[in-house]
Amino acid sequence: MTTSKSKKQAPDTAPVKKQRGQWAEVWHRLKKNKGAMVGLTIVVILIFIALFSDVFLDYDTDVIGVNTAERLQPPSAKHIMGTDEYGRDIFCRILYGTKYSLSVGVVAVIIALLIGVTLGAVAGYAGGPTEEVIMRFTDIFSSVPNMLMALVVVAALGQSMFNLMLAIGITSVPQFVRITRAAVLTVKTQEYVEAARAIGLRNYRIIFSHILPNCLSPIIVQTTLRVASAIISASSLSFLGLGIPAPDPEWGAMLSAGRRFIRDYSYMTLFPGLAIMITVLALNLVGDGLRDALDPRLKD
Amino acid sequence: MYRYVLKRLVLLIPVLLGVSFLVYFILDLAPGDAVDVLAPDDATQEDRERMREELGLNRPLVIRYLDYMSDLVRGDMGESYLSGQPVWDSFIEKAPNTLLLGFASLVVSVGLSLPLGIYSANRHGTWKDNVSMVLALLGLSIPNFWLGLLLMLLFALRLGWLPSGGADGFASLILPAITIGTGMMATLTRTTRSSMLDVIRQDYLRTARAKGVSERVVIRKHALKNALIPIITIIGTQLGGILGGAVLTESVFSWPGVGRLIVDSLNSRDTPMVTGAIIMTTMFFSVVLLLVDLLYAFVDPRIKAQYATKKGGKSNDNKQKQKASA
Amino acid sequence: MNGVNDDIVLQVEDLTVYYELEEETVKAVNHISFSLKRGETIGLVGETGAGKTTTALALLRLVPDPPGVIKSGKITVCGNDMLSLPVQKLESIRGKDISMIFQDPMTSLNPVFKVVDQIAESLEIHEKLSKTEAHEKALDMLETVGISRSRGGEYPHQFSGGMKQRVGIAIALACSPQLLIADEPTTALDVTIQAQVLDLIKDLKDKNGTSVIMITHDLGIVAEICDQVAVMYAGHIVEHGSLDEVFNHTLHPYTEGLFNSLPNINDRKSELKPIPGLMPDPTNLPEGCAFAPRCEYATEACKTTQPELRTVGGTHKVACLRYDETDFHINRGKKHG
Repeated sequence: MTTSKSKKQAPDTAPVKKQRGQWAEVWHRLKKNKGAMVGLTIVVILIFIALFSDVFLDYDTDVIGVNTAERLQPPSAKHIMGTDEYGRDIFCRILYGTKYSLSVGVVAVIIALLIGVTLGAVAGYAGGPTEEVIMRFTDIFSSVPNMLMALVVVAALGQSMFNLMLAIGITSVPQFVRITRAAVLTVKTQEYVEAARAIGLRNYRIIFSHILPNCLSPIIVQTTLRVASAIISASSLSFLGLGIPAPDPEWGAMLSAGRRFIRDYSYMTLFPGLAIMITVLALNLVGDGLRDALDPRLKD
Repeated sequence: MYRYVLKRLVLLIPVLLGVSFLVYFILDLAPGDAVDVLAPDDATQEDRERMREELGLNRPLVIRYLDYMSDLVRGDMGESYLSGQPVWDSFIEKAPNTLLLGFASLVVSVGLSLPLGIYSANRHGTWKDNVSMVLALLGLSIPNFWLGLLLMLLFALRLGWLPSGGADGFASLILPAITIGTGMMATLTRTTRSSMLDVIRQDYLRTARAKGVSERVVIRKHALKNALIPIITIIGTQLGGILGGAVLTESVFSWPGVGRLIVDSLNSRDTPMVTGAIIMTTMFFSVVLLLVDLLYAFVDPRIKAQYATKKGGKSNDNKQKQKASA
Repeated sequence: MNGVNDDIVLQVEDLTVYYELEEETVKAVNHISFSLKRGETIGLVGETGAGKTTTALALLRLVPDPPGVIKSGKITVCGNDMLSLPVQKLESIRGKDISMIFQDPMTSLNPVFKVVDQIAESLEIHEKLSKTEAHEKALDMLETVGISRSRGGEYPHQFSGGMKQRVGIAIALACSPQLLIADEPTTALDVTIQAQVLDLIKDLKDKNGTSVIMITHDLGIVAEICDQVAVMYAGHIVEHGSLDEVFNHTLHPYTEGLFNSLPNINDRKSELKPIPGLMPDPTNLPEGCAFAPRCEYATEACKTTQPELRTVGGTHKVACLRYDETDFHINRGKKHG
């Protein structure tokens, strides 16, 4: 009885809290999540580093400048993460590399978001043969494993930073299509959409101003988590020599280069990997926190 | 049920064609073609055109694709630019190694994540639960090629307990399998936990307890079978990750599998090998996904019933068709 | 009430159950006591949220913990002290001596097991039957509740709501329990099915001499099958007595309110008189009588002093301060004289 009681009470209390504003409420819940706050702090710092790396680091000297006198030095006060086989400071390179990983992750996901959300919204809203075609195509697309698809795209388009973004972006499209479609299908039947249709709004207006805003939660969560996995994918491809080419300090590429020296200079593989992991972990923490904050019902 | 399986197998054909065409189509976008590789350096533009004609390279894409597929069905995927060996032979030689590795990592991840997820769910909110969830999140965030390198560094290079590469017996399987399995294990542990937490609150578990079923049986029999449904879905979606992980891990551990074959061929621009290996892998993968899909029916009677009444096809397919025809 | 009586199947003394949530405590059940003899049926009546289901779950020691905590009390089922039993012994009593029919048949059956197996399970556990024997007996049970044996191999989703509730009854009665708790067994069902299910419970009870706790908010059901009635409000028993005492000599204003909210078939012009207001928030019960804010008879004293359940004659008990006044009576009482 009390279980039904608590269920019954939820709608009574919800409107009261709603007065705080939906996003303020989400922020309030997110703030209480320590993991998400740690993640968010790290993400903000990383964004800061990425934006201003050109200000405090000189690309030609600090990042790719060869200094044979100081090659392969272990971590010390002068080079806190040591130097690589060209005598470049690994710490500087990792700092500078932040912008590659973040921008690939973000741009790739924006590409996926634009294509995926549009297709998903159209499929969910239009239904019928349009939906059928989009969903079948999505099915076929997603039955190619992500990594293979990325390899195929990179192989076809050639190796460059933008192609890397495109390759990873394309592989993330199906997820966004599915999530958006599912959300739209749920929202579509709500009465306010019926009402919008009844007053004669155009389809695209209904989709963009009435349906999509109400599908945001799952899309936001998926976006955050996808940026994390896109960063892993990007560094994976670079690790395989198919991503951002040397001498740019992409973390995966640095790892790949350091690998040859793993036996004697393991710090060269240690730090770039740590950088990837911390970045991805931070994004995952934020994503998890957002999911709980946006949909408290999902929270255990 | 048998009719359903048969029908799904038949429906697989368009998927296989779709997947292989997609890959063929994208790879065809790559600049350059066989003639650039095969023609001698001093060949004139006319010589090259003639070669294209002979090789059938200037026919429309769809014709070339159908031609490729009809050869493929007969076990002919052309020859490697690099070694001159038939692509089919190289693929068949490497495939068992990747299968073995994939299976081993599946066993590692499922074997560890189910108990861990259940354990966490049963101790929901305690520090033990929190620790395993933090570990799972770490497992999710660690790039697996890096994990592979770390494991190699520790267990092969420093401690010398396990070989650092190659495919030579059971010992050489351990590190690669853990490397690939970790990501899936993390995801599966989280899924198992949340799915168990979801099921634990269901009324039918209370019914079971009220019957006098012991707590152990309630969890292992009544709850787990229900929780398995979303778990199987995730296993299905994660299999692609295993394959992707294989590409990287095989490179890290010099494991002679399909993943390494693909990467090496890509790096040496060996197009027939890349095309053949990727098309074969994706088609195989589609078959595996179908098997996972069929597995559902054995766990969830509701899905089986849906199949039985609708005679194949996902339920919403039929609904869509009805809507479309109306 | 005191001493061990073989005839007493269930004895509840001073039972208090709270749900201790992060920020608040739900006082679901507060100091309730009652007992039940062999073959007797008690109706637990009250609005949703009055603590009826929590009481029932407490009897089986199945209150979800966390957040549920049995704060105090003693529950004796067939001579077993339920609250201090080791878990293993408890499991051997659940489903055997005491069993329960749940409110929502849609969610109470496990979707992935065959119906017959769900009935057979308790037989296998308690009667130590082999798989095939249990299976046979489960099919018999299915027949007893009016479902063809041939449907035993089906899954719950293939059954209608009424049939699922019959399966629920079959599960509960499989081992012929001495005490059956029926938690609003008909609420989720169509009116026509309600009567069938009720008849079924009545038949089985008469045949086996089972004691029944009938949890309901439907006074019609109570009138039909109960021997004694306990009216619950905000986790308290506010009135308790035999069917005749509670129905024909109603004492508590809340019970009166329940009767007044029923449409009267004989006098269709009579106005329904719903009880004004809502049940108080169980996390924040009023200091005095929980019903006082809605009670037309409430005095200042009612708002500050908790009424005790007191015997007013025979087995009839009421928790209302106004009965301190010798000449106090509620309107309904006046009518019945």
